[in-house]
Amino acid sequence: MDHKASAGLAQPLSQLSRGSVGRILAVQGGEGDVERGLLEMGFVEGACIEVLHYGLLGRDPVAVRINQNMTVALRRSEAKAVLIGPLLDQSAATLLTTH
Amino acid sequence: MTAGTLAAEGFRPARIALVGPPNSGKTTLFNTLTGGRQKTANYPGVTVERKSGLLKTPIGHTVEVLDLPGSYSLRARSPDEAITRDVVLGRQTQETLPDAVVCVTDATNLGQHLRLLLELQQLGRPLILVLNMMDIAQKRGCQISVDALSQQLGIPVVTTVAMRKSGVRDLLNQIDSLLNRTSTQSEATAIDWVEPSPEAIRAYHREVERLLQSAVVSEGTPERLTRQLDRVLLHPVAGPLILLALLFLMFQAVFSWAAAPMDWIDASVVGLQQWLSTHLQESLLKSLLIDGIIAGVGGVVIFLPQILILFLFILLLEDSGYMTRAAFLMDRLMSAVGLNGRAFIPLLSSFACAIPGIMATRTIAHPLDRLVTILIAPLMTCSARLPVYVLLIAAFVPATTVWGGIGLQGLVMFGLYATGIVGALVVAGVLRLTLLRGGRQPLLMELPSYKWPNATNVLLGLWDRARIFMRRIGTIILSLMVVLWFLSTFPAPPAGATEPAIYYSFAGMIGRTLEPLLEPIGFNWQIAIALVPGLAAREVAVAALGTVYALSGDEGAVSDALTTTLAHSWTLATALSLLAWYVFAPQCLATLAAVRRETNSWRWAAFMFTYLMILAYVAAFITYRVALALGGG
Repeated sequence: MDHKASAGLAQPLSQLSRGSVGRILAVQGGEGDVERGLLEMGFVEGACIEVLHYGLLGRDPVAVRINQNMTVALRRSEAKAVLIGPLLDQSAATLLTTH
Repeated sequence: MTAGTLAAEGFRPARIALVGPPNSGKTTLFNTLTGGRQKTANYPGVTVERKSGLLKTPIGHTVEVLDLPGSYSLRARSPDEAITRDVVLGRQTQETLPDAVVCVTDATNLGQHLRLLLELQQLGRPLILVLNMMDIAQKRGCQISVDALSQQLGIPVVTTVAMRKSGVRDLLNQIDSLLNRTSTQSEATAIDWVEPSPEAIRAYHREVERLLQSAVVSEGTPERLTRQLDRVLLHPVAGPLILLALLFLMFQAVFSWAAAPMDWIDASVVGLQQWLSTHLQESLLKSLLIDGIIAGVGGVVIFLPQILILFLFILLLEDSGYMTRAAFLMDRLMSAVGLNGRAFIPLLSSFACAIPGIMATRTIAHPLDRLVTILIAPLMTCSARLPVYVLLIAAFVPATTVWGGIGLQGLVMFGLYATGIVGALVVAGVLRLTLLRGGRQPLLMELPSYKWPNATNVLLGLWDRARIFMRRIGTIILSLMVVLWFLSTFPAPPAGATEPAIYYSFAGMIGRTLEPLLEPIGFNWQIAIALVPGLAAREVAVAALGTVYALSGDEGAVSDALTTTLAHSWTLATALSLLAWYVFAPQCLATLAAVRRETNSWRWAAFMFTYLMILAYVAAFITYRVALALGGG
């Protein structure tokens, strides 16, 4: 499990498969106060993420590791509001993959 | 003026509020700081507990420490986070602004936890930053320059190891010097504050980033154990199976471990009754004491072991960090009926007793989610239903085994639990499609690192539950028992009465008035009478049935005798109908009171009562008719 797929071009967090890593490009819109809720749980532009686990039914909810130190569970419907791009710098990639 | 001199002059002690994100070890720190000197009360109007305790600082200040509910931000999302916000801002009624705020953060997760500190700093009140769990941070090779952090922030920063007394000495010293510097008696008014906008939160993120760059010497390695455990415990297939196995073990333990202490309680209650009946003169007072108070209260105290064992498991699972995983695993299933995965925890507590379950809903952010969870909580089979189930199953279900060794009696018991759960899911689904329609609430839940449960936290939590339960017995249940004793004792039967005394009493009159209404579901007047006291608290019905039948000639009948009596005088259809009734009927005044307090209106309590009553009647009617048709008459 040391080789992780990095997110390709920008795509919503809800579409990433298990084990993918990436960097948050944007946290936008979403219903109601989803944006602030996401920001308060650590989903902020520039943070590194890794998709760790899925639920059984409908692969929902999703457990995501943020910046190595916090794991957050969210539903796919909320994950749509988080746009993920590739990890650009290699240092961040090694940081994530070595653990 | 220092707080010390002020205290000597009879002023209130200085007050300090502990604020921190969930999973920052705040409660452990609170327990270490205050030890057993804690008080739990309720904030007016809500069921959020106000936890406070006293501590003495090294130079002798007496300080009241307030443990506020965990919160990621002052922008409160749930009722208990709102309490945190309101206390910190001085908006909470009957609570003056704290003299200082201690912001507790997890040293291994400063990137996320420091934002709350920055928010608090905006308020301009005396503030201390605590980097908690410093031992774990160091073990992982994480090095933080406390001086640099303190200098950048301009506030005192201390590191603690919350579980050890020695780990909080620095904090106590800082509290001392802070109290010496600030006047604790200024009655500051509420602070102006506006919710941060998304942009403001982003700015906090950037500021935290900057702070960490200058203060974190070495990041250390993240811990691996949690990841490895989660690979199994959150596995799409293995995860739910493990959860199921855990729940099964838990209920198994609730029944088998509780059996012995329940026998002791039972024996001492009976012993006390016998002692009193031989030593007291025949009088009304004696009857009130023995039949009313001791029988009634004893019938409720007996559930304490089961409730404590169930809560022991719940507290262990919560403190270890597993409970959020359970919520994760259950979320999809529960969201199918419009519930949030977080509702799993309150609903699980409701198997012990709906009241703590309803109180636990305060962690659910969305008001509609919360309301639905509250409304279905009484459908979880609480321990007060058990004596009725046990009695009826023993009397009517043969103790045979089916399908290779599974006991039929146990199977029926399982069926009753399952009916309650399925009923709850259906009701939740229907409510979410009709009365309580509304947007789905985000899940957004931190999955904290696993850790060994802290014994102090768990024991204090258990003590809290026991106290709440015993207080309820000492107040509501005790007074109800007296009222019920009165209703079932007066007026006295006429001379030459042929029926048991209770038949002629007020309770009997009410029961007989209800009888025509209950006849279609197969209840006789004896059941109708037992249901009158049973409305106040379910388990009382067993004692009431005992009274009805014991007085019809069977002198000294106890529950064993009742089993035989019932088996002879009721039909199977009636017994099944009563079981179905008990799955749904809202027979607990204390729960209704808790619903009223939590929802702040009698409307929802009345709604709950009505819908459960209708469900109970319909379920009992169908059960009775089907059983009759199948020859159960």
